[in-house]
Amino acid sequence: MTTTVDYERNMVLATKTYDVVGTRPIRHDGTDKVTGRALYGADYDTAGLLHGHVVRSPHAHANIRNIDTSKAEALDGVLAVVTHADFTGDSEGMVDMGEGAPTSLKWLRDNVLASDKALYRGHAIAGVAAVNPHVAEEAARLIEVDYEVLPPVVTVEEAMADGAPLLHDDLKTMELGEATDNASNVADHFQHKKGDADAGFAEADVIVEREYRAKTVHQGYIEPHNATAFWNADGRVHVWCSTQGAFAVRDAMAQLLDLPVSNIKVTPMEIGGGFGGKIPIYLEPVAALLSRKSGRAVKLLMSRADVFEASGPTCGSWSRVKIGAKNDGTITAAEVELAFEAGAYPGSPVAAGAQCALAAYDIENGTVDGYDVVVNKPKTAAYRAPGAPNAAFAVEQAVDELAQKLGMDPIELRLKNAAKEGTRRVDGPVFNRVGLVETLEAMRDHPHYSAPLGENQGRGVAVGFWFNIGFDSAVDLALNDDGTVNLTEGSTDIGGSRASIAMQAAEVLGIPAEDVHPSVVDTDSVGYTFLTGGSRTTFSTGWAAYEAAQSLKSKMIERAATIWEVDADSVQMEKGVISSTSDPELSMTFNELAGQLGGTGGRLSATASGNYQGWGGSFAGNIVDVEVDPETGKTDVVRFTAVQDVGKAIHPSYVEGQMQGGSVQGIGWALNEEYYMNVDGGMDNSTLLDYRMPTSLDLPMIDTVIVEVANPGHPFGVRGVGEANIVPPTPAIANAIQSATGTRLFDTPMNSVAITAARSSNGA
Amino acid sequence: MPAKTYVQTTINGEHVDFLCEPRQSLLEALRDVIGLTGTKEGCNDGNCGACTVEFDGRIVTACLVLGVEAEGKEISTIEGVAEGSSLHPVQEAFLENAALQCGICTPGFIVASKALLEQNPDPSEHEIRFWLANNLCRCTGYDKIVRAVQDAAVKMQEA
Repeated sequence: MTTTVDYERNMVLATKTYDVVGTRPIRHDGTDKVTGRALYGADYDTAGLLHGHVVRSPHAHANIRNIDTSKAEALDGVLAVVTHADFTGDSEGMVDMGEGAPTSLKWLRDNVLASDKALYRGHAIAGVAAVNPHVAEEAARLIEVDYEVLPPVVTVEEAMADGAPLLHDDLKTMELGEATDNASNVADHFQHKKGDADAGFAEADVIVEREYRAKTVHQGYIEPHNATAFWNADGRVHVWCSTQGAFAVRDAMAQLLDLPVSNIKVTPMEIGGGFGGKIPIYLEPVAALLSRKSGRAVKLLMSRADVFEASGPTCGSWSRVKIGAKNDGTITAAEVELAFEAGAYPGSPVAAGAQCALAAYDIENGTVDGYDVVVNKPKTAAYRAPGAPNAAFAVEQAVDELAQKLGMDPIELRLKNAAKEGTRRVDGPVFNRVGLVETLEAMRDHPHYSAPLGENQGRGVAVGFWFNIGFDSAVDLALNDDGTVNLTEGSTDIGGSRASIAMQAAEVLGIPAEDVHPSVVDTDSVGYTFLTGGSRTTFSTGWAAYEAAQSLKSKMIERAATIWEVDADSVQMEKGVISSTSDPELSMTFNELAGQLGGTGGRLSATASGNYQGWGGSFAGNIVDVEVDPETGKTDVVRFTAVQDVGKAIHPSYVEGQMQGGSVQGIGWALNEEYYMNVDGGMDNSTLLDYRMPTSLDLPMIDTVIVEVANPGHPFGVRGVGEANIVPPTPAIANAIQSATGTRLFDTPMNSVAITAARSSNGA
Repeated sequence: MPAKTYVQTTINGEHVDFLCEPRQSLLEALRDVIGLTGTKEGCNDGNCGACTVEFDGRIVTACLVLGVEAEGKEISTIEGVAEGSSLHPVQEAFLENAALQCGICTPGFIVASKALLEQNPDPSEHEIRFWLANNLCRCTGYDKIVRAVQDAAVKMQEA
């Protein structure tokens, strides 16, 4: 099975080198994580801890007539039971949880504990706190809920059909920016328009028009959601949880519980994956309400079934793409319609999907329509470039068909129409410097693209885009007498960001990465830091680290000047050595100066915070080879090359890891993963046996090419790497299957059942 | 509440005794009763491998073993992989190859990988992938994990 390689597997196409940035030190939190000592949310323990259980709706759609908790309350060992009635304060207003649209406070509260309706199987109805988890579970079974079961709708097509059951009687469609009186499951219909699509199609020699469907999938983090809360007698609430945004949890908790933000302290524990799915709050407010009632700390954990049925997922979708080109390959027009599942409450990622759909192409004439549609599934959460993979699955297949009709190489067709600096997207913004052309050229020039294919094998390519974001981050640095630096930050480290942040401070200070000791701290202990998401952490918190290090460096130069009694302008600090340009005798190391601070005016520290702008979008591309069994339709990915413009790779190993991980999530979405819904609107496969994510045995090595087109908006050129890599795999695999079999599939998952069915309907 | 059972066992080479309810899994006993939280819960039904431990020389998922079954057995967990302050070659290889991102699956992968290399000191890539197929990782795409095990195999053979 081991294949020989005749090229460098993981390449970094670097444009600039540094001393620390671009190297591969051991991550600072690594030892704790390979020895089992790192403490994740579920590992938290405290004196008098109670364990909770959440009662969940067995119905996908039902009115809640009554909840009787009396038998549960009477069970020995039960200390508190809560329902929606335990929320205090009114439900007016909006809450912004970060990635995705702001949501109403009522909907957020209803999603945490349902009030009048259960809107998906797994919807939380009540919470119990007891002396151990088993007693809590027994008590939960004693809670009697009187439901009036209603017919469910679980896809956008069902939900948008005439006469479909309505999830929310008060939900009125927002139509092209105007409020309407239409009660429907469509929360919003918007349109982006550039040029004149009809005129563009009239110029086209070749047109492709197709419909595509992507199934609902889950982020699939291995650590289930967890939360422990303690509502102290002084009115302060302390929460320990695995979250992508401790400050986002604090802010949402304050609104849900009607408390000032300063009354809530959130300690982010280590987090076992999130991919966007650990931005929302689910258990935290329930644990807090149970703690207020019981006077004890309460821990809540989701089961794996709860994770599938009551957290995440990302949207299933229906899409239509029409795209036309002249015989020379110039794309003249494109029309895209996207209808995305929001889950039980409005707020699907269709807005982002619509912005990304045609981002890779410089198109004169285009329209993109987006529909945000509520269905009886859990409220969707962000999932790695949320919305972009659904759009790319459609657009990148249509472009592939266009290339085939034109008789053009699919990479050359993309290069001919590639978006670049100055290109105006169909949704309005003009691109700053982006690296799509460089990404496509790296794909075209990679040995994989010209390697021979075996029997029953096919090759596909696709590209994808994600914006990346910036916003608030804060970093504190404290210089120790031994020349090391303590770095305090508020970004949850979900995959090596302690290292990538510490390295940026080390680069400025001219010291080894290992001499910077990063700590992720609670919301009382560092300045406001926006969530770990949007590929922003290495960009924004890294920038704060850069600024704090520059500040510390200035202070060290001033101190050296004071010690030497020279002008500070004549002192420089490079590569860990402080020296004077006026007197070559005056020189000391970083460590020597650090050791003298106490006696020369006091120790030094520095801080920086900002709302960092200037983020740069990232393009990713894949070359994928698949082998399709001619009898069974089973598809194996036999070779996979992931290419991505990341701006600057601070720690290339963890950049490769992001690209590999995002690629494999895309492979899972393409080939296996789906919410398999039964006629009652429940998920039939809510275990990790039946919801089949890729295992090591399903995959080849994932080769990477890191393209570095520096982002002019960041001191080291960072763009961010976490998300764009999940966008191209689904269409690249669809294109590869078409290449291998001659049959094109328009729906995910492209499993053996789908391939066999498509082939027989094609008469193959 | 059910009466508890007294269990005497050996964990990471040390005698350990504890009380647990008959309905508690070995995973619950390790984490909630004994306080060894390095063994993680990802699914509680044997499908993710995050709670992989050695149980009388065999690899098991601790969620599918009852705590009372530990009576008289020898159990090794992630906390017993390093010898004092010296990391095991598999642990070092995971660090050097960046084979973890969030780290929640890492204890299970390290326990399973160590057991593989003790049985098969020079596994092929396919043998590594086959052995580790019961351990799910959602972050890495497995590439760097497979490389770490290959690297550890080389180091252990050189040692």
